[in-house]
Amino acid sequence: MIDSPPVAAGGFRTALRRLRRNPAAIVSAIVLVTIVFACFPGAPLWVSHACNHGPSDQNIQGTITENGHKVPVVRNDGTPIGPGLRACYLLGADSNGRDLFVRILYGGRISLEVGFISAIVCVTVALVLGILSAYAGGMTDSAISRLLDLIWSFPVYLLAVALATAFAVHGIAVGPIHVASTSLAIPIVVIAIVYVPYVARPIRGQVLSLRRMEFIEAAVASGAGPVKIMLAELLPNVASMALVFLTLIVATNILTEAALSFLGVGVPLLTPSWGNIIEQGYQTIVTAPWLTIAPGLAIMITVVSLNVLGDALRDALDPHARLRIRN
Amino acid sequence: MVRLLLGRLAGLVAVLVAISVMVFVIFNVIPGGDPALRLAGRHPTQQNIRQIRHDWGFDQPLYTQYFDMMNHLFIERDLISYQDQTPVLPAIRRGIPRTLSLAIGAALIWMIFGITIGVLSGLYQGRWLDRVLTVVALAGVSIPIFWLGAVLLYLLTYKYHSWPVFSWIPPGGYVPFTQDPAGWATHLFLPWITLAVVSIGFYARVVRNSLLDTRHQDYVRTAKAKGLSPSRVLVRHTLRTCLIPVVTLFGLDFGAVVGGTVILIEPIFGLEGVGQYAQESVAHLDLPPLMALTLYGAFFVVFFNMLADLTYLWLDPRSRTT
Repeated sequence: MIDSPPVAAGGFRTALRRLRRNPAAIVSAIVLVTIVFACFPGAPLWVSHACNHGPSDQNIQGTITENGHKVPVVRNDGTPIGPGLRACYLLGADSNGRDLFVRILYGGRISLEVGFISAIVCVTVALVLGILSAYAGGMTDSAISRLLDLIWSFPVYLLAVALATAFAVHGIAVGPIHVASTSLAIPIVVIAIVYVPYVARPIRGQVLSLRRMEFIEAAVASGAGPVKIMLAELLPNVASMALVFLTLIVATNILTEAALSFLGVGVPLLTPSWGNIIEQGYQTIVTAPWLTIAPGLAIMITVVSLNVLGDALRDALDPHARLRIRN
Repeated sequence: MVRLLLGRLAGLVAVLVAISVMVFVIFNVIPGGDPALRLAGRHPTQQNIRQIRHDWGFDQPLYTQYFDMMNHLFIERDLISYQDQTPVLPAIRRGIPRTLSLAIGAALIWMIFGITIGVLSGLYQGRWLDRVLTVVALAGVSIPIFWLGAVLLYLLTYKYHSWPVFSWIPPGGYVPFTQDPAGWATHLFLPWITLAVVSIGFYARVVRNSLLDTRHQDYVRTAKAKGLSPSRVLVRHTLRTCLIPVVTLFGLDFGAVVGGTVILIEPIFGLEGVGQYAQESVAHLDLPPLMALTLYGAFFVVFFNMLADLTYLWLDPRSRTT
C-alpha cells in the first residue's frame, strides 16, 4: 500500500477542535486578540475619543483637572504625573509630558509588527533552507548546514548588534532597493536572520525522515519533479511544525526587539516601541517607575500569551505523535 | 574518541575564523564607522587624517588590515581600541571573573531549583504543583531579562530598601571574591536571581517531561521488579537517564549566557564585566573590542556546545554505538 500523506486540512481541523477544549489556549487567544485590537484600531480611536494626545505630543507646561484641582502634567522638579483612573494619562506621563498609555498602544503596533513580520520572514527562510538542504543533500546540504552553524554560533545579541549597527548607519542597498537607515525593515531583517537556524535545523531533520517515506517514492515514480515534491509533498508535512515555530518565534522576536532597543540598536529612537519606551523610561526609574514597569508588563503579557498558545498548538498538532504512527 | 575530539576542535577553530572575517567585513562596510575620523579628534586637518590612516594602517588593503588585527589580537596580544586607545585584552581579562561569577552562580541556582522543581512536578504529575509550575515556566521565559533586573533593582534597593529583609542588598556594583566573599555574594545576589528566574521554570519543565518519558521505560520496571527501593529506582535508574537532555541544554544555555546574555544584565547592575564592556563598545562602534568580544562570545557558545555533545556521549552509552 502506498502511504499517502495526511490531508493537512483535516489535521488542522482536528487540532482546532483540540485547541477549543484547552482553556489556557482560549484565554491566551482572547488576550492576544484584545491586545491586537487595542493597538491597531484601538490606538487612534483612543486618541480621538478619550484624550487628544498623539504618542509623540509633548505637554510639559500642561495641566489636567483632577478632583477639581489643577494638576501639572510635569511638576517643576521634572517629575511627571503618575498612573490614575482618568481618560488622559491613564498610565501617567513621561518627563516630556507624553501620555504613556497612548505611547504603549502605538508602541505595541511597532513591537507586534516587528515581532510578527520578522517571524514570518524567519520561518519562510528557514522552510526554504531546511527543505532544500534536506531534500537536495550533498553539497547544497553541507553548504546550508555550515551557514546555519555559523549564524548559530554567533552570540545572538552580538550578531544582531553587529548587523544592526552596520545597517543602521547607511541602510541596506540591494540592487535597486534601498532601505533607509531609519526603516523598520532593519530590525525586522536582523531579528529574522538571527533565529533562522533555530527553525531551519528541526525542519531539516523532519524532512530528512520524511524523504525516505513511501509517499515521496510514489511521487517520484509518478514523475513529479523536485520542485513539485518539495512544494506539494514536503511543505504540507512540515507546515504544522512551522506554525508552532511561528507562534513561538513571534514571542522570542518581541523580546529580542525589546533587548535590541534597550541596547540602542533596535527600532529607531523616535518611533515608540515597547523596547524603546522601557529604554527611555529606565533613565528615570527612581522618580517615575511606571515608565519602565508598564511597557515591560505589556511585553510580558503578550509574550506569555503567545508562548501558552504556541505550547497548546504544539500539543494539539502533535507532530511527533503523528510521525511515530507513520513510521 | 580522540579523532572525534580533534574533529570538533578543528570545527571550533574554523567557525571562529569565519566569524572573525564576518565581523571584520560587517564593520568595514560602515562608512560612518571610519575610525580615522574619530581618532583625529575635533577639527582635524586633511593632513591629520591622512597621517592617522597611514599610522594605523587604514590605507592598507582590507585583508592586510584583517591579518594585522588578528596578529595584534592573538600573537602580539596588544590590540588597542579606537575609541580611547586603551588595550583591549586587559579590559576583557578584568571582566572575565566578574562575568563568570555572575554566570556560574546563576547557573547553579537555576540548575538546583529547576531540577528539584521538575522532579517534584513530574512525581506529582497533574496536581496543583505541576499546574502552577507550567504557568511559572512559561512566565519565566516571557520576561525581558533587563527589565526584570531593572525592576528588581528599583524595588529592592530603593523603594522597599528600608524593609529589613531587603536592606542588605547593595545597589549594584561588584566586589572581588578574594577581597570580601560575603560582599561578593551580596553584590551578585540580585543579578543571580534575575538571570536564574528566566531559566528555572524552563528547566523544570524539561526535567518534568523527561522524567515522565523515562518513568515508564522497561528498565525502570525491571529495577522495580528486582525489589529496589523506590528512592533507589528514582536516583539510580530514572534520574540518571532523564537528566541527559538537561545536560545538553545546559551546555547550550551556559555558552549563550556567558557569550551573550550578560550584555543585557551587567550594565543594569554595574558589574563591569565582559558584557558591560561589550555594551559600551557597541555604543561607540568600536571595532577592536567588538572583534575580540565577539570571538570570545562565539568561543564560549561553540565550546560549551562541544562539551555538551561529549558529555552526552559519556553519559548515555547507547549513543556511542549509533
